[in-house]
Amino acid sequence: MMRDIRLLDRRFVPGTLIGAFTKANPGFGGVCSFLGEVRGDGGVEALELIHYAPLTLPGMHELADCAFDRFALMGLLMVHRVGMMRPGEPIVCVAAAARHRRDAIDAVDFCMDHLKGAAWFWKRERRAGEWRWIAPREQDHRDLARWQA
Amino acid sequence: MVTVVFLGKLADLAGAASLALTAPLDWAALKAALPDPVAEALDDPGNRVALNGTLLADKAALRAAEGDEIALLPPVSGG
Repeated sequence: MMRDIRLLDRRFVPGTLIGAFTKANPGFGGVCSFLGEVRGDGGVEALELIHYAPLTLPGMHELADCAFDRFALMGLLMVHRVGMMRPGEPIVCVAAAARHRRDAIDAVDFCMDHLKGAAWFWKRERRAGEWRWIAPREQDHRDLARWQA
Repeated sequence: MVTVVFLGKLADLAGAASLALTAPLDWAALKAALPDPVAEALDDPGNRVALNGTLLADKAALRAAEGDEIALLPPVSGG
């Protein structure tokens, strides 16, 4: 079982991560991957992600445990940036390998909804030189609720 | 000493990322020792509290001893 859960404080190359992950799961039926980048709309100059070490990575490991319990997975990759980023930089990469595609696709969807709506990250943006904290979005809570049935 | 760590917006309200306070510390003593805007924000149920990396189900039950770390956690803003 391939399990790679990480917080990174510098820029990563998604293709390298996904390539290595795919090779590490021989015999899979499907790999699904999601890559999130810092959006460049609305004049965002920079984005900073704050984490709290005693909670953030342990929380991601609990999320990975839930994904392995819930879906028939062969492997799971969950890599999240912290620190300062600029538009166009990768911020999150999740990939799941499974014998059957539905488990891989759903596991990535599940992990992303929980990373966006429940993981221990605080985010602020700089526009026109002004930093502003980002409040949780209602949509994130709705996305999370999909899995609680 | 007890270390108090402020996350996200609470760090701006506190004017610092962390603070060292004299142990022991309960909920009332913590609030009394913090700047007013932070103390007021702590009553908001959206702001959670962790002691040594464990979330408290009941903030008012906080008891921090020498060497402990309290984290004050505003609502997460999504990864």
